[in-house]
Amino acid sequence: MNLPILSILIFFPMLGVVLITMLSRENQWVIKWTTLVVAVLEFIFSLPIWFRFNSDTAAMQFVERLNWFPSYGISYHIGIDGISLLLVLLTTFLTPICVMACWKDIQDKVKEFMICLLFLETGMIGVFCALDLFLFYIFWEVMLIPMYLLIGVWGAPARRIYAAVKFFLFTMFGSLLMLVAILVLYFYHHKVTGVYTFDLLKIYGLQIPFQMQFWMFLAFALAFAIKVPMFPFHTWLPDAHTEAPTVGSVMLAAVLLKMGTYGFIRFNMPLFPEAAWYFVPLFSVLAIIGIIYGALVCMMQLDLKRLIAFSSVSHLGFVMLGLFTYNMAGVQGGIIQMINHGLSTGALFLIVGIIYERRHTRLIAEFGGLSTPMPIYAAIFMVVALSSIGLPGLNGFVGEFLILLGAFKVNKIYAILAASGVIFAACYMLWMFQRVMFGVVTNEKNRNLPDLSMREIAYLAPLILFIVWIGVYPNTFLDKTKASTANFVAQMERAKAPKVALVDVIKGDIR
Amino acid sequence: MTISIPSITLSNIGPLLTLTVAGLLLLLMDALTPKGKKGYFPYLSLIALVIAAVQTTMLWNRSGTDFARMIYVDNFAFFFYLIFLLATGLTILISIKYLEDYHRNLEEYYTLLIFATIGMMLMAAGGHLILIFLGLEILSIAIYILAGLFREDVKSNEAALKYLILGAFSSAFLLFGMAMLYGATGSLFLDDLAQAIKAGVGTNPLLLFGMGLLIVGFGFKVSSVPFHMWTPDVYEGAPTSVTAFMSVGTKAAAFAALVRIFFLVFPEIKMEWNMLLWGLAVATMTLGNVVAIAQTNIKRMLAYSSIAHAGYLLVALVAANQLGAISFLYYLVAYTLMNLGAFAIVILVARKKDDYINIYDYCGLGFQYPALAAAMSVFMFALAGIPPTAGFVGKFYVFSAAVEAGYIWLAIIGVMNSLISVFYYLRITVLMYMRPAEADLGPVTMTPAISSAVLVTAAGVLAIGVFPGPLYELALNSVKIFVGL
Repeated sequence: MNLPILSILIFFPMLGVVLITMLSRENQWVIKWTTLVVAVLEFIFSLPIWFRFNSDTAAMQFVERLNWFPSYGISYHIGIDGISLLLVLLTTFLTPICVMACWKDIQDKVKEFMICLLFLETGMIGVFCALDLFLFYIFWEVMLIPMYLLIGVWGAPARRIYAAVKFFLFTMFGSLLMLVAILVLYFYHHKVTGVYTFDLLKIYGLQIPFQMQFWMFLAFALAFAIKVPMFPFHTWLPDAHTEAPTVGSVMLAAVLLKMGTYGFIRFNMPLFPEAAWYFVPLFSVLAIIGIIYGALVCMMQLDLKRLIAFSSVSHLGFVMLGLFTYNMAGVQGGIIQMINHGLSTGALFLIVGIIYERRHTRLIAEFGGLSTPMPIYAAIFMVVALSSIGLPGLNGFVGEFLILLGAFKVNKIYAILAASGVIFAACYMLWMFQRVMFGVVTNEKNRNLPDLSMREIAYLAPLILFIVWIGVYPNTFLDKTKASTANFVAQMERAKAPKVALVDVIKGDIR
Repeated sequence: MTISIPSITLSNIGPLLTLTVAGLLLLLMDALTPKGKKGYFPYLSLIALVIAAVQTTMLWNRSGTDFARMIYVDNFAFFFYLIFLLATGLTILISIKYLEDYHRNLEEYYTLLIFATIGMMLMAAGGHLILIFLGLEILSIAIYILAGLFREDVKSNEAALKYLILGAFSSAFLLFGMAMLYGATGSLFLDDLAQAIKAGVGTNPLLLFGMGLLIVGFGFKVSSVPFHMWTPDVYEGAPTSVTAFMSVGTKAAAFAALVRIFFLVFPEIKMEWNMLLWGLAVATMTLGNVVAIAQTNIKRMLAYSSIAHAGYLLVALVAANQLGAISFLYYLVAYTLMNLGAFAIVILVARKKDDYINIYDYCGLGFQYPALAAAMSVFMFALAGIPPTAGFVGKFYVFSAAVEAGYIWLAIIGVMNSLISVFYYLRITVLMYMRPAEADLGPVTMTPAISSAVLVTAAGVLAIGVFPGPLYELALNSVKIFVGL
């Protein structure tokens, strides 16, 4: 049996979109159930790629290749390796959870909301599967539209439009420069080999002069660094996260940010390896600044969602630090940390969404002593908060430990500085937890808050399961990525950066 | 003295003949048909356009010249014929209801549109500078009248007068430029001009001066900066359907002539005009996009957006390679579809007396009229160049051409301009989906004609955006005539 399984994964949600457009707007219940069924089916369809995935090879698997626009060298070329496998599964895993999470939250314009959500899923899976630069760019841009609508239409009333437009323009800015770089790469490939192609696997083999790698790396890196977001391009993130509806924040944190880190490991580093070595100090330092700065800013936040948003900046700093080590431990840690951040931060946003639904405020000062009326909630929140901090036995520890291990091999100072981020994380997270959950109930409005409903437990439970699973036995997941990571590390080992002064690069006289 | 009668194949100008006959017939029937029974006129014109389109496709792949080298018979011309016919057809579809609301559903309107189309076709096919000029005048005179169609409306009058005066001014520049070229080479045939330049009159100041004046003359018509001053006022004042027609038709026609002249006659002296056009392209894109941000009248916003798009098209011209020529044709098709589509929505929302042409009138449209707003979003995203629409592929080609020709900075300036444009196109979707309705819009009536125009343009924008291949091949086929590239 040879089903085009990735194409099915990419376009099945679109089928759901078509189905939902035909449903009557009045019938919210039917629309929600249809979306849930589509999302769950999508998850079930995605399971075979996990079980049939061959973890011994670094080659792309489940490859499909169709000529889309042959005279321009554009093909519909998709496939996954160990790195994208986990991200695709994370996407299909989180979408049904999101549908369940917005069951009560979204009462207005349900039909359009569900359309956006499924459309977004198509875009995200497409980004992780695309092996053609043109195709990748299309998915990369297309998924902006539903996310922009999710923030702008269903976001918190006060600043949603500002946040949505800022999100859109920031991302566009980076990706447009990337488009120019893609074009330069495309014509350079033609100049060298005489073949017009956007096929990533073919372009991998290209030898690019350092001077060109330098600028191309920067152009690609800008697009991805904005998406990650790395310090100092992170300013869109707190706004977008804070103003988005709960589900929007979850998707944004869990999957969209990963597109940036994924972009680095899939495109930036293998395409321009020499430049990638050259930029290790710069990007490591930016990552560390991100880790520490994000954590420090978290401590000062009054708004729960904003706090979690800044914690993302800190966590993604870890991921970037890990990827830029170019050794097995660091890169694997980076990859697993992408998944961890998706699970933990996704769960944190859901948890904050739950009390927001009950109280319609996210200010820390409004809460206090919530563990008395909501014991189950308190327990789950505790687990997730600890996983975010990186407590051994939970998923965050595995990722951060590997990353620090990898960083230590490269530069001890990096590792030491980054490790302080873990301590800060404990500070802001536990302090927040203490202020919100412990003590006596100070605000009368909080006294009779209902504890979690069955629906809420149902969608948080799978997240907790994986948080513990990765924490206790990460090898299930690390094994899948091992071959691809090893291949990536070997690839990077082959190309070391030439010793050149920045001035010469800019002036262009390197020979 | 012997007078030789050149051999003429009438079928080579079949589409033009059909339209001429149709135009004259409409005038005649106008006189003979009693008032109130003229509702079928637009449909009659549509039939004529369809026949002309069929004739054009039957001519496809013919090559050479006819009428003593006055007319080019080649795929480049035919490609433009099809663009013009498409633009005119869509314009007719969006006009009917609008003009009826104003009690201005006059028969001359359709005749003039058809004559304007003939003028545009002559510009695309002309092999002699005078013929190109004649085409331009046929087009322009029709548009002067159309712009002033609402003769009780002050703004419409202003638009017509402004366009007339500035148009005449630009025509003079064009003619003067042609005279210079004649002075430099002794001929007005494009072939002869090309030969003469190859033979080495390239640095002749007369020739360069003439070329500069041509750029000025055509610059007016395509509304490139700094010759764009008339555009916002005329676009705002003219009846919306005429604005729609002008924004795509006139621009496409002027570009057709400009491209043919520059790629056929002047490729040898590319160095002389490239930098000039580089500057024009950057200025045009940037000014159009930046000023569009400040507009609150949607017609003015689209006017500035059309200036910006002229800038993108100039980028393709600067690249001056085969891909540039292809991207040109592709972009014009994409632009025709998305701009006419956007204007169709503007007409639908504005309705009688242009009551709702402020962008804030679009508040809340998204959930009141989901289909209408979805179509408008498609057009806005396409104009902004966001995939998977034709607008994206068009820009992708244009910037590819620039990169291929080595103009990387131009491509970077171009994409940054797209970023600016995203802001104001996105604002329309913000208003439609994210703001509550400010005032009651009342019912929007969709007639079958305008609905089909919206449907065709929206479907077209998405179709050639997702499957750009066939149109690319067609365009490639059409630009083979430019051997110098």
